[in-house]
Amino acid sequence: MEKVTLAKALNAGLRRAMEADPKVLIMGEDVGKLGGVFRITDGLQKDFGEDRVIDSPLAESGIIGTAVGMAMRGYRPVCEIQFDGFVYPAYDQIVSQVAKLHFRTEGHLRMPMVIRIPFGGGIGAVEHHSESPEAQFAHTPGLKVVACSNPVDGYWMIQQAIAHDDPVIFLEPKRQYHADKAEVDTEAEPDPLFASRVVRAGSDVTLVSYGPMVKTCLAAAAAAEAEGRSVEVIDLRTLSPLDMGPVLDSVRRTGRAVVAHEAHVNLGMGAELSARITEQCFYSLEAPVLRVGGFDTPYPPARIEEFWLPDLDRVLDAVDRTFEF
Amino acid sequence: MTESPIASASSARRALRTMWTTRRFEEAVDDLFARGLMHGTMHLSIGQEASATGACMALREDDAITSTHRGHGHCIGKGADLVRMMAELLAKETGYCRGRGGSMHIADVETGNLGANGIVAGGIPIAAGAALAFQLRKEDRVVACFFGDGATNEGAFHEAANLAAIWKLPVIFICENNLYGMSFSTEKAFAIEHLAQRAAAYGFPGVTVDGNDVTAVYDAVNTAVERARAGEGPTFVEAVTYRWKGHSKSDKNLYRTKEEIAEWRSRDPIGRFEHEALERGLLTQDDIDQIHAEVTADIRHAVLTANAAPDADPTDLLDAVFAS
Repeated sequence: MEKVTLAKALNAGLRRAMEADPKVLIMGEDVGKLGGVFRITDGLQKDFGEDRVIDSPLAESGIIGTAVGMAMRGYRPVCEIQFDGFVYPAYDQIVSQVAKLHFRTEGHLRMPMVIRIPFGGGIGAVEHHSESPEAQFAHTPGLKVVACSNPVDGYWMIQQAIAHDDPVIFLEPKRQYHADKAEVDTEAEPDPLFASRVVRAGSDVTLVSYGPMVKTCLAAAAAAEAEGRSVEVIDLRTLSPLDMGPVLDSVRRTGRAVVAHEAHVNLGMGAELSARITEQCFYSLEAPVLRVGGFDTPYPPARIEEFWLPDLDRVLDAVDRTFEF
Repeated sequence: MTESPIASASSARRALRTMWTTRRFEEAVDDLFARGLMHGTMHLSIGQEASATGACMALREDDAITSTHRGHGHCIGKGADLVRMMAELLAKETGYCRGRGGSMHIADVETGNLGANGIVAGGIPIAAGAALAFQLRKEDRVVACFFGDGATNEGAFHEAANLAAIWKLPVIFICENNLYGMSFSTEKAFAIEHLAQRAAAYGFPGVTVDGNDVTAVYDAVNTAVERARAGEGPTFVEAVTYRWKGHSKSDKNLYRTKEEIAEWRSRDPIGRFEHEALERGLLTQDDIDQIHAEVTADIRHAVLTANAAPDADPTDLLDAVFAS
């Protein structure tokens, strides 16, 4: 495949998943003729028909609840939530039904559904359109949560999530949708869905991230190298279940860890990662695990979002602070 | 073709037997609970048996239902196995969901029971989704979606009602209006006379029937089922009824008068149907006595068999969270 953006890669992945299994359906607001506000489902309704790419009214609880009923009857619905902040009207269905049905019915009813959520900020779209709700879903037993960070992962992970028999919250970094392009080898053997990956090797400090912050962390690692510090960067890819293996291996070598995400620091993914690293690498640590994230406020207006979002400087500052202990 | 409760001796038998089974089942669990042999909480539908029975008699075996926290009658009406049901309430390995679901979350996929739901209105969009699945496969199956009066004030009801209307889904919204959302009366919770009036806002028919008249419920649901099978979309059937017991086990009935409860008890849907079946010559007193005896034996068998089964094993609790 030619070099594509994350948006195009996701579109191609959805297309391939729909070709592979006639039970795969897309549901959401404006996903049909419009192709979604971010154009992720562009052209799919034209090619697969209105029965497989279903435009829904503005009714997030209705979309997810309907998808639950479809999943019970053998379909594999892929729901698009238009913006992260719009998921809350559907939160009850996700947490009270989607997450619990397999357990409640001892597996008689499976929930093979994917809920795609464009998440994170950086596009000047203010609150309700720039949020990072991943911890709220990762905290819920019965849901799996993944976040892609680049076109290659987008292409493969969406197909793997759709083929998976459990419900997957699929987080897409919206500021990356139309940013960097990458070549996608559609014949390659992809990494497993629920696996973390070292995306840059290093020896002095481990930088753990996912989604939109992976790019920031890679830039931070490059800048640190210029200052003589070797930073290892891990793209978690899966937030629930966490794949701690690569993280723990890395921290045992480096002795230092920083977790970076856009979401608020308080009770965010960084808190869980920090706890697990501390529990399992206690005698290897040279410094406490540090967290970098958004400030504990609602997402701010567009004019000051650059101040709010963790950037290269805040990540580098945390890296530096791990050497002060 | 389904049969009305008053169509024949066999359908009258089925109606009476289903209602009695529901009542005796619930009286048994009430008793087990009172004696400390059953744990948690439960919501009894004693007094409301006609709405579940009448509605389920209008369905085919391959139709589906979604149920509510007050759902024992729906399970039984749709054909659930009493032993597995009782075992589920007693948290036994042999229960429908190995005791993981309990009273409020029985799902019996084989009989088309997609599950009861502890979230009021939670099952309504799910019913719409199951109906959408039938429609996409061009099957002429329908989904009967049970909920109470309280659910029609939840957002999920309104979203699902609109989706069902615009997509003409084969779903029947069956509102068992028992006049109270826990302690809050429908007089206080609604500014309309009949909850079925809400259907007009979404563009489909709404009818209100005497929910203690099993034949009236059957007739209304049957008309709705025919409409749904013909591809004409949903119907809202409001069955006005009354629960004799409290909302759940913690209810002290502070919000109702003894006179009101006594008045509704005098409108017992079962006694009323027995009287009607006798008058119409569909059943004899001997038939009725025999049904009583059979049901009593069935429930005794369910309690004894379920109770003898091993308790649900908590050691592999984690295994049930995910399929893989």
